[in-house]
Amino acid sequence: MEEKIRKFMQENFSDGIVREDDFRGQQSFYIRKEYLLDVLKGLKEDEDLRFEFLIDICSLDWHGDSEEANGRFEVIYNLFSLKNKYRMFIKVRLEGDNPEIDTACELWMTANWLEREVWDLMGIKFTGHPNLIKIVTPDDLVGHPLRRDFPLTYEVPRFSWNKDDPPEVIL
Amino acid sequence: MGLEEKIPDGIMLTTLDKMVNWARKRSMWPLGMGLACCAIEMISTFASHYDLSRFGMEILRPSPRQADLMIVSGRVSRKMAPVLKRLYDQMPDPKWVISMGACASCGGVFNNYAIVQGVDTILPVDIYVPGCPPRPEQLIEGILKLFKKVEQESLKDKKEKQVKRLG
Repeated sequence: MEEKIRKFMQENFSDGIVREDDFRGQQSFYIRKEYLLDVLKGLKEDEDLRFEFLIDICSLDWHGDSEEANGRFEVIYNLFSLKNKYRMFIKVRLEGDNPEIDTACELWMTANWLEREVWDLMGIKFTGHPNLIKIVTPDDLVGHPLRRDFPLTYEVPRFSWNKDDPPEVIL
Repeated sequence: MGLEEKIPDGIMLTTLDKMVNWARKRSMWPLGMGLACCAIEMISTFASHYDLSRFGMEILRPSPRQADLMIVSGRVSRKMAPVLKRLYDQMPDPKWVISMGACASCGGVFNNYAIVQGVDTILPVDIYVPGCPPRPEQLIEGILKLFKKVEQESLKDKKEKQVKRLG
């Protein structure tokens, strides 16, 4: 199965692949942002592979890491082939503090909520998304909590020396 | 006692406060509401092993209209806070609140954007039960402490507080 996917990717999207990664049997491809929809569509609709099930979309923030040089944010598409019982990952690296990426809503309806979650918690904008609004955080919360530069605490902890002061809110 | 000797058998003299408080204390119905892991300990408290029916409060009311004790069992997220406030407002007076566990009392380890830092910022709490989560014995101790508090209440004060709260 690994070989089959590798061959498929090399034949159809040789320009789009940045590199292939293999971690303990988990096959993943880093691809260029522009090729994302073509790759997803190809994997979904290929007769042999049939990655029809989008399990999850998640994201990473490499802020402050040496990896940040390749782009601060990373979006990971977790695909599953029901026919082959095989799982693979498509990863995209994004530059800048306010990154944008194309939506996968037209391919999978489930991408709608998954992308809203990524937008809400990590602040990655999905262009073309029909309803890109908050999904989990409170409506009055400003910012994207899973970003590494988001404040870790809400109130300054109270010790013996500041117990009489009102709690200072950080956000 | 002077007066009781002169009235017929089977009649007992007491104050209204004492009698009403006794009734309230002995039929306190908690709201069946679990928020987090503390709820598991709360459920265990109500189940047969710890058997809270010994204290006349084994019935968990699924409707706030029939409940008079709210046990805030666990962390309250910022999105849950309005719901909690609404449930509390729907409970008829007199009503009491137990804040169970570290998270409900002060936010616990969740000092972050998602969790209310202490349920006392939105509800008037009567008893705080510490622990993470508190054992059923601790919750029972808290409930007994609440009973002590109820015994000492006066109807007038309670009413005045209620009027003040409702504005």
